[in-house]
Amino acid sequence: MANTNQFCTFYLDSFFLGVEVLSVQEVIRYQTMTRVPLAQAVVQGLINLRGQIVTAIDLRRRLELPDRPDGELPMNVVIRTEEGTVSFLVDEIGDVLEAQEGQFEAPPETVRGVSRELIRGVYKMKDRLLLILDTEKATAIENSSETSVEKRG
Amino acid sequence: MENIVNEFLVESYENLDRLDRDLVDLEKAPTDREILSSIFRTIHTIKGTCGFLGFSKLEAVAHVGENLLSKLREGELTLNPAITTALLNMIDAVRRILASIENKGEEGDGDDSALIARLTELTCTGGQNETEAAASSALEQTPAAERAAAKQSAAPLETTPEAESGPESSKASVPVALSTLSDAAGPAAETGRSSNVAETNIRVDVGLLDKLMDLVGELVLARNQILQYTATQQEPSFVQTSQRLNLITTELQEGVMKTRMQPIGNVWNKFPRVVRDLALACNKQIRVEMEGKETELDKTIIEAIKDPLTHIVRNSADHGVEAPEIRIARGKPAEGRIFLRAFHEGGQVNIEISDDGGGMDPARLKEKALERGLISRDDAARMNDREALNLIFLPGFSTAEKITNVSGRGVGMDVVKTNIEKIGGAVDIQSKLGQGTTLKIKIPLTLAIIPALVITSGGDRYAIPQVSLLELVRLEGEQARTGIEMIHGAPVYRLRGNLLPLVDLNHELKVGCARTREDDVINIVVLQADERQFGLIVEGINDTEEIVVKPLGKQLKGLPLFAGATIMGDGRVALILDVLGIAQHSNVVSGVRDRGLVEHTNTTLNETEDRQALLLCRLRNDGQLAIPLSSVARLEEFNRDIIEVAGSQEVVQYRSQIMPLLRLSNLLYPGAGELSSDSDTMQVVVYSHAGKSIGFVVGKIADIVDEVISVQRKSREPGILGSAVIQQRVTDVLDIQGLLQMADPGFLNDLRVQ
Repeated sequence: MANTNQFCTFYLDSFFLGVEVLSVQEVIRYQTMTRVPLAQAVVQGLINLRGQIVTAIDLRRRLELPDRPDGELPMNVVIRTEEGTVSFLVDEIGDVLEAQEGQFEAPPETVRGVSRELIRGVYKMKDRLLLILDTEKATAIENSSETSVEKRG
Repeated sequence: MENIVNEFLVESYENLDRLDRDLVDLEKAPTDREILSSIFRTIHTIKGTCGFLGFSKLEAVAHVGENLLSKLREGELTLNPAITTALLNMIDAVRRILASIENKGEEGDGDDSALIARLTELTCTGGQNETEAAASSALEQTPAAERAAAKQSAAPLETTPEAESGPESSKASVPVALSTLSDAAGPAAETGRSSNVAETNIRVDVGLLDKLMDLVGELVLARNQILQYTATQQEPSFVQTSQRLNLITTELQEGVMKTRMQPIGNVWNKFPRVVRDLALACNKQIRVEMEGKETELDKTIIEAIKDPLTHIVRNSADHGVEAPEIRIARGKPAEGRIFLRAFHEGGQVNIEISDDGGGMDPARLKEKALERGLISRDDAARMNDREALNLIFLPGFSTAEKITNVSGRGVGMDVVKTNIEKIGGAVDIQSKLGQGTTLKIKIPLTLAIIPALVITSGGDRYAIPQVSLLELVRLEGEQARTGIEMIHGAPVYRLRGNLLPLVDLNHELKVGCARTREDDVINIVVLQADERQFGLIVEGINDTEEIVVKPLGKQLKGLPLFAGATIMGDGRVALILDVLGIAQHSNVVSGVRDRGLVEHTNTTLNETEDRQALLLCRLRNDGQLAIPLSSVARLEEFNRDIIEVAGSQEVVQYRSQIMPLLRLSNLLYPGAGELSSDSDTMQVVVYSHAGKSIGFVVGKIADIVDEVISVQRKSREPGILGSAVIQQRVTDVLDIQGLLQMADPGFLNDLRVQ
C-alpha cells in the first residue's frame, strides 16, 4: 500500500473530480457570499471563514461547464494553496478515496480546452474515472486590472 | 544554545544600528567621552559574548576594534576620518559575520585579516599622517602575503591588557563571559537609567504581536456583532455587560496597537551613516539633523516607509546639497544640512525631509520632461511651478546630468510616491531654487484597524476609509432633480461654488441601476484622492464603524477599486473601496493635466481664508439678511407664550438670565411687516458678549454660507452695513454694533461699565 494517495472527491455536473486530501482544509455547506463587482465570472464571491476572508471560485465556471441549476446550493471545498486559502464551489461531496499509483494515467491527448490545463490526470477506478484537479492552476486566475478595464470599454 | 545565539544576534543588530549613529556623532565631537564609552561598551559586549559562544573570527575583529577604541577612550589617540572609516568598516565586517551566523549558523569564510591589520596599525600610529584616500586604499590593497603576517600580528595582541579577559580556552570561557558581562553592565549602571530600561522591557517576537493583532481584530468584529444584537435587547444586565465588553475591547485594541508602535527614529538611525558615506563619496560636507525621532508609527508602516525615506534622503544628499565650493560661492556655509522632522497631526503622521541645497528649477524640470517625452510642449507651457515640481514623481524622470551609483537612474521618485500612496499616504514637494527642497509626507498611524464609513451600492455594503472622507451631501426632492448638472455627459455638483466632479459608484462597479433623474434622494460622499476632491454617488449611507482590514486573495489582487475586505457586524464580508483607485478608474485623477486642477482647487481653498461664514435669515417675504456667523452664539427657537415684557421691552428667561429680544424687522425695516408666520414659535439668533446675551428675532433661518462679501451698496440705514449679492439674492449685511447702538444702547453701555 506504499503507493496510494488519498483524494477528497466531489461531483461537478457529470464529472467526478478529486483533490489531494492533504490540500483540503475543510468542507463546509453553502455560505452566504459577498459578490465582488468587476471580478471575473469564476469568482463567485467572498465568504467569511471564521474571520478569514476566503475567495470562492465556482468550479463549474472555471471548467467552463454549464451553470448550476437555480435553487441548487453548492458546497465549499476549502483548499490551502501556496497563495492562501481558496474555496471551490462544487455540486456535491463524495467520499475520501484511496487510489493506487498504478491506476494513474495522464489525460489523453483528445482532452482539450480548459480541462486539459486544469486536470492533472485520471485514476481509473473500478466503476468510473476520477479526474484529479490541479489546484494551483485552478486557483490561478488572470484578473489583471487591464482585463477588467478593457472590458468596460 | 540556538536561543542564546538568536538573542545575541538580535541584541547585536540593535547595538550596531546605534553604533553607526554614534560613530558619525563622534566624528563631530571626537572627544565626547560618553559616546566613546558607549561605543566601546557595545563592541566589548559583542566581543565578550561571541567569545563565549565560540565565534572566533567575530571575536578577533571585535577585539582589534576594541583595542583601537580603548586608546581613543583613554585619550591616547584622537579620532580622525581614517580611524572613523576603519571603525565603520569594522562594524560592516561584524554585521557581515552576524548575517552569516544568522543564515548559515557559522561565521562564513570572509577574510578579515586586512581589516584587522589596518585596525592594529591605526591603534599604533593613530593614522595621523594619512589622508582618507590612502586609508581606504591601504585596506583594499593588502596583498595576500601580508594577510598571513597580519594574522600573526593579531596574535600578540592577545597580551594587551584588554585581551586578558578574553577566553584562553573553552574551559575558562564561562567565568570570563560573566566578567565581561558585568564589565559591560558596570558603566551602564552608572547612568542608572539604561539598566532600568532593561528591567522594564521584554523582547517579544513580532510574529506573536501580529497574531495578537489578528485576534484583537477578531474580537473587534465579535464586539460589533454583539453590539448590533444588543440594540434589539431589553435585558439591562445584558446591555450593561455588552457595554463593558465594548469599552474593554476598545482599550485592548488601543493597547495592542501601542505594542506595535515604533519610534520613527528606528528608521532614521541609519541615515547619518548613509549620508556620511554618500558625502564622502561625493566630496560633500553634510550634517543630518532630526526632530521628533520619538514619533511613533505602526510597525507595518515603518517597514513600508523605510525604503522610500532612504531614497529621499539619498536624493537630498546626492542631488540636493551642493559641493562645498559651490555652496561657499553661493554664500552658504560649506556644510550642507539635511533636516528630518516628524510629528503627529490630525491622526496622521507628518514626515518632512528638507535640505538647504540648490533646490529645483521648474524650468529645467519641464525641459527634462519634454526631452524624455513625458509631457507635450503644450503641457509644459500650461504648467506652473508647482506642477513642474511634481514632474519628478513621473515614472522615468531624472534630471541628473550624470548617472552616479548613488541615484539618478530614473527609477525612484515615482516608486517612492506609489509606495507611500499604497499605505494611504501622500507626498508633496516644495522647492526654492538656490534655497533647498522639502518633501512632505503624510501617512496614517496604522493600517490594521481603521475607522470607515459603510455605504450601500447595488444592495451590497462597502466600506470607505475615513481618511479620504471629507463630507457627506444629501440632496432631496427638488435639489435631487436639479442639483446635478452635466458637462458633456460628466455629472458635476456645485459644492459651495466649486465644481465637484461626480462619480456614480453603481456605474463604476457595474452593479444595480445607475442614478436616474427621478430619484428622490441622492447621497454624495465627498472624497479626497491625490489632493483632488470628487463626489461619489452611493445608494445609501449606513454608519461609521471600526473595521479590520483584511487582504484580498490573489485572484482579486488586480482589481483597482478595492483595497481589501472586512467582516461586518453580521458576519458578512464587505469590500473596502480604494478611493485613489476609484478616482483613477473614473479619470478623476489622471496624469499631468490634473495637477493643474489641483492647483486650482488650492487657490480656491486659499480664498476661503478671506471668506466669511454668514448666517442667512429672512425677515420679510422678500429680501434676506446676513449675520456674520462669528457673532452668533446660538440659534434658539422660543415658544411665543414664554415671552414676557419688562418695561416696554420683550424679554425671555434664558439660561437663568433675562434676555432682551429685539425684533429685527421692526428695527431695520419699520412698517414693512414681519414675515407672515402662523407658527407658535419664533426663531431667535442669540448674540453674546461679556456674559450678556441679547436675542434677535428673525422670521426664518435660511442657510449658512461661506462667501467673500463685497458690499456693493453702502447703507445709510443704521444697523445695516450695506448690501451684497449672496446666493443670487440681494442681501443686507447686519452691523451688530450699529444696531445695538440704535436699539439698546444700554446693552453696550453696560459693557463699557464692566
